[in-house]
Amino acid sequence: MTDPIYVTDALIAEDIDAYLAQHERKSLLRFITCGSVDDGKSTLIGRLLYDSKMIFEDQLAALEADSRRVGTQGQEIDFALLVDGLAAEREQGITIDVAYRFFTTEKRKFIVADTPGHEQYTRNMVTGASTADLAVILIDARKGVLTQTRRHSFLAHLLGIRHIVLAVNKMDLVGYDKAVFDRIALAYRAFASEIGITNFTAIPISGFKGDNITALSPNTPWFKGPALIEHLESVDVGGAADEAKPFRMPVQWVNRPNLDFRGFSGQVASGRVAPDDAIRILPGGKTTTVSRIVTMDGDLSEAVAGQSVTLTLADEIDCSRGDVIAAADAPPEAADQFEATLVWMADEAMIPGRAYWLKLATQSVSATVQAPKYEINVNTLDRLAAKTLELNGIGVVEVSTDRPIVFEAYADNPALGGFILIDKLTNATVAAGMLHFSLRRAQNVHWQATDIDREMRADLKNQRPALLWFTGLSGSGKSTIANLVEKKLHRMNRHSFLLDGDNVRHGLNKDLGFTEADRIENIRRVGEVAKLMTDAGLIVITAFISPFRAEREMVRAMLPEGEFIEIFIDTPLAEAERRDVKGLYKKARAGQLKNFTGIDSPYEVPENPEIRIDTTDMTPEQAAELIVERLLG
Amino acid sequence: MIDTLTHLDRLEAESIHILREVMADAARPVMLYSVGKDSAVMLHLARKAFYPSPPPFPLMHVDTTWKFRAMYELRDRMAAESGMELIVYQNPEAKARGINPFDHGPLHTDMWKTEGLKQALDLHGFDVAFGGARRDEEKSRAKERIFSFRTASHGWDPKQQRPELWNLYNARKAKGESIRVFPISNWTELDIWQYIARENIPIVPLYFAAPRPTVERDGLLLMVDDDRFPLRDGEVPVERSVRFRTLGCYPLTGAVESEAATLSAVIQEMLLTTTSERQGRIIDKDGGDASMEKKKQEGYF
Repeated sequence: MTDPIYVTDALIAEDIDAYLAQHERKSLLRFITCGSVDDGKSTLIGRLLYDSKMIFEDQLAALEADSRRVGTQGQEIDFALLVDGLAAEREQGITIDVAYRFFTTEKRKFIVADTPGHEQYTRNMVTGASTADLAVILIDARKGVLTQTRRHSFLAHLLGIRHIVLAVNKMDLVGYDKAVFDRIALAYRAFASEIGITNFTAIPISGFKGDNITALSPNTPWFKGPALIEHLESVDVGGAADEAKPFRMPVQWVNRPNLDFRGFSGQVASGRVAPDDAIRILPGGKTTTVSRIVTMDGDLSEAVAGQSVTLTLADEIDCSRGDVIAAADAPPEAADQFEATLVWMADEAMIPGRAYWLKLATQSVSATVQAPKYEINVNTLDRLAAKTLELNGIGVVEVSTDRPIVFEAYADNPALGGFILIDKLTNATVAAGMLHFSLRRAQNVHWQATDIDREMRADLKNQRPALLWFTGLSGSGKSTIANLVEKKLHRMNRHSFLLDGDNVRHGLNKDLGFTEADRIENIRRVGEVAKLMTDAGLIVITAFISPFRAEREMVRAMLPEGEFIEIFIDTPLAEAERRDVKGLYKKARAGQLKNFTGIDSPYEVPENPEIRIDTTDMTPEQAAELIVERLLG
Repeated sequence: MIDTLTHLDRLEAESIHILREVMADAARPVMLYSVGKDSAVMLHLARKAFYPSPPPFPLMHVDTTWKFRAMYELRDRMAAESGMELIVYQNPEAKARGINPFDHGPLHTDMWKTEGLKQALDLHGFDVAFGGARRDEEKSRAKERIFSFRTASHGWDPKQQRPELWNLYNARKAKGESIRVFPISNWTELDIWQYIARENIPIVPLYFAAPRPTVERDGLLLMVDDDRFPLRDGEVPVERSVRFRTLGCYPLTGAVESEAATLSAVIQEMLLTTTSERQGRIIDKDGGDASMEKKKQEGYF
């Protein structure tokens, strides 16, 4: 059955305008194919493209030549070669990333996300599944339901895909045996209901031979349908379901061509909106009504989920990027602490307590993640204790943001419940998250206003508060110089307080060790204490190695602009190790001290410190002099 | 069940979302405009995305001086109509050395286009560049992200791309790094044509069949667009009814014999044709099988 079944629509030749009118009304279905290396995934996609006539003669000629040269199907066409795009993959015979393919049938246009089936699988499949309406889960008829079938199904369900197709492939290799197909479908049903998949469609196919792809195959007379394409053409793509939800539109851009026009541009995430509808702007909470729905094609009388529009409002209300315009009587919540499922996507493991950028809809905020409540083994679905998440790890975590964000549960509205985390230093996308619910305690702890404020306290002391943050390798001279600075300030009647690394670990932080997470928590607490002290009007001096840029920036962000003064005590490692005042380098070199900065843990040099002290160039006394001068001068 | 929005509505809304999203993080965006049909659609979408404001970025044409004359005419007209600033960049070194497609082969594309683009982006300090590439064009494009991250030297590393989930794009970057954004990634050739028809978007007349002076050379039908075309011994331009499926430098772009003079006739021909869109372009073929991927790693769009 190598001849394409989808011959060109006769209408194209007979009446092109009628064909185009019909094609213009087609809807769009996005789906993902999930399978392991040998399940025949690429072959199936190649077959779909071929059968829907998306392969041209020149491509076919190249394909035939390639099939003979590097194909795995002997003299027959190897459809997998159509879709294995990058040169590196061709050589290794595997796909390494998410690729998107397109094809059209008489009823629908399709976008297929093709994801590879090896170790990077979770990351790639989650990426492909995030935009899919349907998942085709491939099973090799000879092998049945395997560990990876469970993994694929779990991930599809996790991302909220409503339509699952179980494609039992390679039926040609089991003699088109109905018993084999029935046994696999039954085994899958038992497993699927365990993870909450209540509905799926099982289809016996051969991607290689073309059985039950575009039409029912004479080889499986016992199968009454639908064929794969027929099913893909008929499932409900969910437009109506999204339109039935309450109206939400995250604001992307404020449109101000002149003083007379102020519009709010965005894509409607759910529901519908019309002029005169009452709306509420979140998180602020102000209400007004919609005046116009503006587009270049003229004003609309209504806009629905999925459309990109520009709204103007009846009142001049403060509204900017990141705000969400919502139905006034059914607004979403705003909160700053959540429970969420996180999928880790970076080589560098998650660091509990570290601040990441969180992007949800059009909101970008700083967020920290606590150590997971548990990690989920995607193969067994067991819940495991975990301190962090590694690449491809999935866990349930608590997330805190630095200000309230507007959200909905991912299960209710993925557009306001799905988010990504971005590393602040490398700018890499490190995780994808799905919000479950807000943690109520954030709403019950309020700020208490006090009558005496920080300016009044500082005025009484006749000084401006500041935080002198010393950073540098162990033995670089931080404590020595910090101590001299405080002595000088004291002589000058300045009110100061020196927070020393070792001393803090005897009390406030004695419960913390030296893992990466504990070191971050150590710095966070010191930052919070220093902030309270500057609120009290003091000049605070701290001496911590504080090796990570992200944590130093975290403390900087806690304080008013200009109060955080980063002082980099720049002593080369060789020099610090030569001094080795506390004998620590010797121990670290002997392997008795783990995670020692400079030896087996990195020190990230400050990029733009307010003050840099080169200790090979000046004495501690000169250094202290310079710092005091810069502070008070 | 009837979906309120058609596939074209959904593609349009997605592209507009992408165009607007760039404005959140970009310091100095630019739209690369090649004057082809994909560029025409991208420009139209940008005008829709920001209406009633003009698109808040300039248009830039990285010129080779060897485009069809009709392309230069449409370019200038569309820039004026959209109210956008038009930047035309021509690599001064290629100009000084007289690099041309007749004498210099692959060097022509490398110097005018790949090098020219890098120079133009660096010269103006653009940090985000919109491009009209589509994933269905070619195999290595199928894996391209919508926000495609480039190093400070404009390199593309297919293994270091950021995962793209939902409609959440990560546009953060360090100083010197840049991002290429492809708002029409998910459009196919048919979608482009249908949208041009639906929205009445002006395109270069060369896409429609007309009698044009042509010569047959190395298996391609080339149009003699101006007197810089060096005729080989025995070559005489012949008037043929031809049109173009893609537009580039005229000496590198093969025409097809055709009578399709209207949009629907062009679409009809495209649907009935048996060869792929880029077949008339020489650029994909030099360097063998993986040549587009190689060009992208070197900084070609």
